[in-house]
Amino acid sequence: MGEFKDIAHLIRLAGVFLFGLILFLVFRAVTIPKSFGQYGPFRGAALVELSSRPLAFAGHEACENCHPDVAELKAKGVHKSINCESCHGPLAKHADDPGNVKPVLPDVAQLCIRCHSENIAKPAGFPQVNVKEHFAGQACNTCHKPHSPGFDVGAKK
Amino acid sequence: MKLNRRQILLLLPAAAVAWDFVLAGNPESSPNYKMSDHWWGMLIDIAKCIGCGSCVRACAMENDVPEGYFRTWIERYHVADWHIENPQVDSPHGGMDGFPPGKTEDGKNFFVPKMCNQCVDSPCSQVCPVGATFHTPDGVVLVDYDYCLGCRYCIQACPYGCRFFHPKKHTADKCTLCYHRITKGLTTACCEACPTGARQLADLKNPNDPIHAFLKTHSVQVLKPHLATGSKLFYNGLDGSVR
Repeated sequence: MGEFKDIAHLIRLAGVFLFGLILFLVFRAVTIPKSFGQYGPFRGAALVELSSRPLAFAGHEACENCHPDVAELKAKGVHKSINCESCHGPLAKHADDPGNVKPVLPDVAQLCIRCHSENIAKPAGFPQVNVKEHFAGQACNTCHKPHSPGFDVGAKK
Repeated sequence: MKLNRRQILLLLPAAAVAWDFVLAGNPESSPNYKMSDHWWGMLIDIAKCIGCGSCVRACAMENDVPEGYFRTWIERYHVADWHIENPQVDSPHGGMDGFPPGKTEDGKNFFVPKMCNQCVDSPCSQVCPVGATFHTPDGVVLVDYDYCLGCRYCIQACPYGCRFFHPKKHTADKCTLCYHRITKGLTTACCEACPTGARQLADLKNPNDPIHAFLKTHSVQVLKPHLATGSKLFYNGLDGSVR
């Protein structure tokens, strides 16, 4: 034990290091969010925040639950693969509270030409019209019923 | 009770550990969704895209994307027969309001929808100095808006130009692959709104997902494969001129 007799200064030094370590641990405990590392090297609460964002689009299953008649009609036509909210817009609020939030009917004049106006880059088989030539002063849905337009895909240009 | 210095030195670290434990509290309840069961990507079928802009509008409405910024957008390519290395690309207002009819010239014309590629080895997360951009266990690249300093490194790093600086939040912002929707069993807003099925959300860990049959029977590509970003945005029928 003889060689350890003058270690008082070392103990003091160790004390300083220990104090630093404790400070570090306390600082770390206070500053790192509790959920950090829960799912990976990031703040787990951020995932909860991002995934708890409210919906705007309810999804077509929600529409079909209450409107099976429209879904059935649409399933027979060429528009069968188009989801309801693609034309009707985001309606999660209506799906949550159908009594009070009423959807607004889309403006056909704008709606149909979004997809069906002629464009050089559209796939050749896709039904397109020159709006000025095709349009006879009437709304599209005078002749074409949007839920079941009744034309074969690819029959026209 | 009287403590000497040695006892205090022994007690302090014990107290610190105890305090750490107290602060840790209960682990936050995980969402009702098992992340390890999913690995998200997306399939984009160029031949089906009609450039209607439904996806761009749907994304903006679902995610409150500020006016003039885009988490997803559509580009129209015109590739002249004699100039395939230099395609002409236009994307008026991100394609949100559709496209003008276009000139009839030789060459080919097609639409390319673009968005975050949800890279497995994403350049954006590698450059983030504060770890604000992270990978979820189900393969989505997200931004922690509380951590983000707004230094914009990630915006420069993304080789696909998919990030922007949010003018109100003053943080980087990007496509979240509608994380609030896919964790509830819904598809993304862009896929929900796409009228032709040109966009399909794909769960690569789900053996019943139609993506597997599709990948077996089609030649798909990712954007900028030479950058080895591990993009999970699979393009079917992608032209070589697309950048």
